[in-house]
Parts: sequence; structure tokens; C-alpha cells
Amino acid sequence: MRSGEIKPTGSSEGGDHGSRYAVTRTTRASTTTLLLAIPVLLLLFALPAFASRALLQELFYVFTMLTLAQLWNLLAGCAGLMSVGQQAFVGIGAYALFALTVIGGLDAVPAIVLAGAVAGFVAVPAALIVFRLRGAYFAIGTWVVAEVCRLVLAQVKQLGGGTGTSLSPDVASSILGLDLVRNLFHVRGSAARDMLTYWLALALALVTFLLVYRLLRSRYGLALSAIGDSDAAAESVGVDVFRTKLLIYVVTAAVTGMAGALIFLQKARISPDAAFSLIDWTAYVIFIVVIGGIGTMEGPIIGVVIFYLLQYYLAALGSWYLILLGVLAILLMLFAPSGVWGVVSSALDVSLFPVRRRLIAPSSITSDKNKRPTPSRKIAESG
Amino acid sequence: MTVLETRALTAFYGDFQALFGITFALEEGETVAIIGANGAGKSTFLKAIAGLLPRPTAAVRLDGRDIGALPAFEIVKLGVALVPEGRRLFPSLSVEENLQVGAYGRRLDGPWSLAAVYRLFPVLQERRHAPSTTLSGGQQQMVAIGRSLMSNPRILLCDELSLGLAPIVSRDIYAALADIKARGTSVVLVEQDLVHAMSVADRAYCFMEGRVSLAGRPKDLTRDAIHAAYFGL
Amino acid sequence: MLGWIDTLLQGVLLGGLYSLYATGLSVIFGIMRLVNLAHGDLIVLGAFLMLAAAAAGVPIVLALMLVVPLMFLAGYALQSVLLNRALGRNILPPLLITFGLSIIVQNGLLETFSADTRRLHVGALESASLPLGGGIAVGLMPLLGLATAIAVIVLLNAVFYRTALGRAFRATSDDVEIAQLMGIDNKSIYALTMGIALAVCAVAGLFLGARANFDPSIGPARLLYAFEAVIIGGLGSLWGTLAGGIVVGVAQTIGAHINPEWQLLSGHIAFLIVLVIRPRGLFPRAVD
Repeated sequence: MRSGEIKPTGSSEGGDHGSRYAVTRTTRASTTTLLLAIPVLLLLFALPAFASRALLQELFYVFTMLTLAQLWNLLAGCAGLMSVGQQAFVGIGAYALFALTVIGGLDAVPAIVLAGAVAGFVAVPAALIVFRLRGAYFAIGTWVVAEVCRLVLAQVKQLGGGTGTSLSPDVASSILGLDLVRNLFHVRGSAARDMLTYWLALALALVTFLLVYRLLRSRYGLALSAIGDSDAAAESVGVDVFRTKLLIYVVTAAVTGMAGALIFLQKARISPDAAFSLIDWTAYVIFIVVIGGIGTMEGPIIGVVIFYLLQYYLAALGSWYLILLGVLAILLMLFAPSGVWGVVSSALDVSLFPVRRRLIAPSSITSDKNKRPTPSRKIAESG
Repeated sequence: MTVLETRALTAFYGDFQALFGITFALEEGETVAIIGANGAGKSTFLKAIAGLLPRPTAAVRLDGRDIGALPAFEIVKLGVALVPEGRRLFPSLSVEENLQVGAYGRRLDGPWSLAAVYRLFPVLQERRHAPSTTLSGGQQQMVAIGRSLMSNPRILLCDELSLGLAPIVSRDIYAALADIKARGTSVVLVEQDLVHAMSVADRAYCFMEGRVSLAGRPKDLTRDAIHAAYFGL
Repeated sequence: MLGWIDTLLQGVLLGGLYSLYATGLSVIFGIMRLVNLAHGDLIVLGAFLMLAAAAAGVPIVLALMLVVPLMFLAGYALQSVLLNRALGRNILPPLLITFGLSIIVQNGLLETFSADTRRLHVGALESASLPLGGGIAVGLMPLLGLATAIAVIVLLNAVFYRTALGRAFRATSDDVEIAQLMGIDNKSIYALTMGIALAVCAVAGLFLGARANFDPSIGPARLLYAFEAVIIGGLGSLWGTLAGGIVVGVAQTIGAHINPEWQLLSGHIAFLIVLVIRPRGLFPRAVD
């Protein structure tokens, strides 16, 4: 939460030349949120000590979907790369984990990180191919890449081919930290594994959040805003559009891969259709981001809560549930494209995790501190 | 009789305001020139009249009727045609097809047909099947004008006809304009070429930064007055 | 050798089918710059509508004459009511709306018809084949599919290049702002375009259903083949789309000839290769 100072050049003679303009991101709401977040996070970390396994598994789902949502939001909402093929990296990460542990004998926890690296590595040639497409065709291009990954991995017999395989018991029972958890909480292997994966999921969601937040507040964040408005204009002020997009694409792929690895570690079973499922890892994720509020930090958090509630109460309806989600997505795009948070934040003019910089004029110039000039607010909402 | 008028016309590109309340009138059969520096709002003004930019309902009146709420394709049908800045021919269409598509919105009877346009611009008939993009700048301008004429407009809005053209070519274009005027078409002419604009116009307006800075008959406007209105000095 | 000729031939015929899938998509993108993610599902919808008509005792040809106009109207309505509102600079709204539509159509079909695989029966045509000499024969239905694909392209090109409406379509595709200055109502052009696309989907649905078993879930795969055909062929050219479809079809049959499990992968790989070496496709429009 830094603020920068801009001193007007020239000598400070007379009147208000001596006072300073300040650029800041902090708002009162953001400070409040930070203070509230700390106890909430502490509670979440302590939860396994007294929560049921079922609750931990539900929250595991929430945290991993939140991670995927934040990453898709960064990619599509902030960098404008509307991908419907992120399931490629979920699947690659998951298969990499299985390969590294079952075949490679590596422990699961470092394998998760390595799996992310594998996904990031694959993302480079994938990007070089799909970046040749624009807009909606880029989207389908990413989908084709995901299909190719699925079909290729379905040919790998050592990992179960088309029907898939399970995590072997010795891999599942020898995860780093598992013994520690088992002894500390006096629980059996599978319950300990649930706790461990819960913490890993929470940590991943938190790390992703901080990563995205820092990224958006850095010069890369500004570059992304510029690119979102116009590639050509961004290039003209020195933004390396291609490198920036590539960086974002690869980083999101890598962390998505880690999430995929973790998800399928917990499931302990993998198959090409499950690992590369469009519905599970793209359709639901897009829905979460969009209903929460695309392009904002708060959006995915709100979206995952709403989605989880919908899932919890309505998933039993089967196809009707999916039809409902489809209808909701359409209504959302027609009437509230900025999502729940978009509507709330523009109505209340509040930002909990502010990314945008605001110029605060010295009080001698603006007599009314609360007055915000309309044009800059509109500009702040764009992109 | 006033055929076209604007009252306190404003126009925005997003948050940027380009026009700050233009009051303007065009009499039947008149030719009115609009001059001004780049960015003064001249093209914006024509686009607003033609319906390509949103504007207040009562800000534009045609024959006394508010047309501000009408979309562009309806306004063409009422007899107002815009020859856009930079020609903007349809690249996928040949010369003849560009002219033909101009008649798509034709609702009024009038003198203009494919044959009439070819009489006005004979060189186009020779190149009628050529892709429109292979023509020279001057020829493309002829196609653009012809295309707009095909809807038999009562009012022709011309945006920078001589932009990017050699003086000798501009001269030919303006000769054609005389022919168009002779048939009774009212013309609004946006021009940076002051000589041509003032030589054909019955009246002129000067725009500066989205406002009218000067108006009158060319013969009544001194060079100094135009200078001041143009540059704001 | 004979095996390879036969493979090639089958690939071309398959390409004709893929071209039928792709033509509607090509037209929509050419005129509106829109990608309909529900496109594949709408082809499947067409197949199911014909199935329903056939179940009601309607002969196939008559069913086609009913379903094609019906789908045209559905497309017109879809564009007028939903998609025209969402068109703009941002690609997310139309993408998400058509994605939502895809989910709705798939699951709606699932609820109405169940997940059982079905087949459209076209009587004697199903198993009829045309011998070409040398021991090679081609199925009459696939041949008809290729012929229909060509006929549809000829018909659409006739509209686009010989009629005033066609000029309006092309003008809108070139420059929608100036097209409005010609008196062209772009919203109604878009609605007509979507209607045409869905009408072609209906025809494609017939050949989809007659060729192989189908069920509500196979839509997305058709969308991918259609999309690949359009990209390989090059945006803006319907004949290019036919060529693109044939490239995908031949790639698939060659792949399948080597190893049946490689059929789909071969098609995708061919697409990626073309994308790398000729990103604008094989026959792109001169100006874009």
C-alpha cells in the first residue's frame, strides 16, 4: 500500500506550488478488508483441527476453484486473452503429477510444483501457435490445443490410456508432511491426506491471490490495462505486447497446472476425460469469474461463493441445473456483464482490493475532499 | 426554406466531448461550407447529422421534423447522404457494385441512376468491374460521391472531398459538384481547402474546438476574420 | 495403393460433410465477426428435429423442407433477441451467450431425447454405393453430402455476388458503419445471416444423423471440426471453407488408416500445422 509523490517542477513560490500531489491506491475500505482478512485466514488455517472431513473436502473444492478462477480472471479479464482451453493445463499438471509420482517415484508435494513447471513449459509452444489467432478464434484455438493434449495423453498406456489410472497406495500414503499430520492430530492416513491437501489448497489459493494482486499493481498491471484498450497504442508507448501476453499466459498455465496436480492428487484417480474436462475446468470457472465480476480481484471470491451455493443446492437437478447455469450466464451477459461485484462496487463506489491508482490533489485546490471528478472515475472503470 | 438545421447539437466519443452546442441551418438549394482546423469537430458534425453518432432527439431537424433519434440507415432514406471522409469504399465490391449498393436505401425518386453517375464520371464506366481499391485517389472519390448520389439525396454532406488529392484532381471533383448543385441538391461541404470551399459556398461556418467561431457569406468574411476564427488567435 | 486411394476418397467425402458443418460458421464470422459456440449443438439439434419428424411419420425430404425454414426462423430470432444486443467491441458477451446456449441446447436435448444414440434412417440410400471401378466404391449418402455441400456454397455465392441483398451482406462485412450510410440496417442483416447459418445447420444435421449414430453430446466436436475447416480454408471464402473441410477430412482418414485411435488427433494436428505455416489460411480474403 504505497503512495508515490509527484512534486510539480519549478520553484515553489507563492500560493499552492509548495503542496504535493499524491498517487495512492489505498482506500478506507481496503484497509478495513485487510484487517478483517487476517482473522478469517487464521480461522481457515486452523479449521482442520475441528472440522469434519466432509467440510474440508468441500472447502478443498472451493479453494481450488478459486485458484482456477483467479487465474482465468487474470488471463481473460485483465490480459484480454479469452481462453476456453485452460483445462489443457489442469490436465497436463495432473498427468505430470501422476507421472512424477507413480512412474518417477517423486514425493507428491514437490511433484505438484514440478507439475506446474511442466504445464508452464508446454504453454510456451502452445502460446506461439494460438497467439496467431485473435478474439473468439483465439478462444477456440486454445480449445483445440486442449483437445490435442487430451488425445495425446489418452495414448500413453503407462498412465492408463483412455480409461485412466489410480494413484498407487504407497504414493498416496507417503506424501511429505503426512506423517506429521497423522501424529499431530491422531488421525488415519486418508483423513490426514484430506487435511494436508486442504492446507495445500488454501495455501495455493492464497499464493495465487497475492501473485495476481502484486502483478496487477506492478508495471505489468499497467501494461495489461494498456493492452486491454489497444495493442497498437500500448506498443507505441513501449509496452512489449507479445512478451507481456506470453508471460501472463505461461505463468497462469503453470499455476493452473499446480492446481490441476493438487486436484487430482486429492481425487487419487485420473482419466483423460476428467483431467481435460471442458465443463469442470473451464465452463464452471468462467461462470464463477463472470458472475462474480470479471477483471476485479473481488470478483472470483464472490463468484466462487455464489457458485458453490448454487452447486450445493441445485446440482441434484442434473441437466436442469446446467440449463439454469446456461440461462444465468446469458442473462448476466445481457443485463449485468460486470457481475455481482461490478454492480455493487459501482453502486457503492468501493474497492476492497484496489488496483487502480488515484490522484489526490492537495486540499488547497479541491475544497471538497469527497468530490471525485466523474471523468476519472469512468476511466478507472474502463478496461 | 430551411431543410436542415441543428440546435445546440452536442456529440461525444465516449467521455470526450467533440461538439459543444452547434446551431446551424441549411436552406434549400444552398451550398454551405464548414471550415476549420483539424480536430475542430467538422467531421463529427456531419456524422452526427447522418446518424452515426448518438445525439439528442431534438438537436437535428429535417424539414422541421426531429430526426435525432433515428438510426443512420433511416436517415439515408429520408434523403440525407454522407460522402465520408477518406472515401471508405467497400473493398470487397467492384466500382459498379459500390455504386449499386448506394441505391440500397433509395426511397425517393430523382435524377441519379447508374447511367447518370457514369455520365458525370465517365472514367468510372471504363473501370466499372475493377475492384474499388485499385482506383486512384481521385477516382475513388468519384465513386464515393457517385455512391452517395445513388440514393437520390436532397441533401449531400461532403466530408473533405479534396483530402489527399492533387489540385488538378480536386478541380475535376468540384466541377462535378457544380453539376450536382445545378440539380437543386443542397450541399454541406466540410473542407480544409479554403479556396475551393469559399468559391462554391453560398455561406460558410467556421468551427473551432467544437464550437462555431464564425458564420456568414464568403464575400462578407475578411481574411483576418477567418484567420482568427480558424486558429483562435 | 488401392487402400490409400480409398482413404483419400473417404477423406474427401468426409471433408464434404465437415464443409457443410463449417459453411454456416464461415458465413457468420465473415459478416458479423461472431463465433457461435453453440454451432455444433445446433447441427445436432437439426438432426434431432428431423428425427422427431421422422418418428411422426413424415418422410425425410418433407422433414427437411419443414426443419430448414424452422431453423432459419430460430436463427433469426436468436440474433434479433439475444445476440444483436451483445455485439460490440468486447468479445466476451457473445462468446458467453453462445456458450450458455450450447449448454442449454445440449442439456435440453438430453432431457427431451435422453442420452441414447440415434440414427436417421434414409431408406435405401443408407447402404447404397456407387462403384468407381478398380474395386473402389463410394457410399451414395456421403457423395450426396459432398454434392450438397457444393450446392449450398454455389447457392450462397449466388446470393452474395448476384443480388442486391448479397451486396448488402458484403458491404456490412467490409465496413458496417458505412454500410449503414447506404441504408443497410445491419441488425437485420445480422439476423438474416444467423438465419442462413442455422438453415445450413439443419441440412448438415440431416447428413450428420444419416451418416453415423448421434447423441446430444457430440455437438462440441463438430464445432471444432467446423472451426478448423474455416481457419484452414481462410476467412472470407466459402470455397476456401470447402477446401479446409477436405483437408481436415483427409487428415483424419489418413490418420485413421495408420491407427484408428489417431483419427481425431490427425485432424487437429493438420490444423495446428496450417496455423503455424499459413496463419491466414490457404485462401484468405485479399483484404481484412
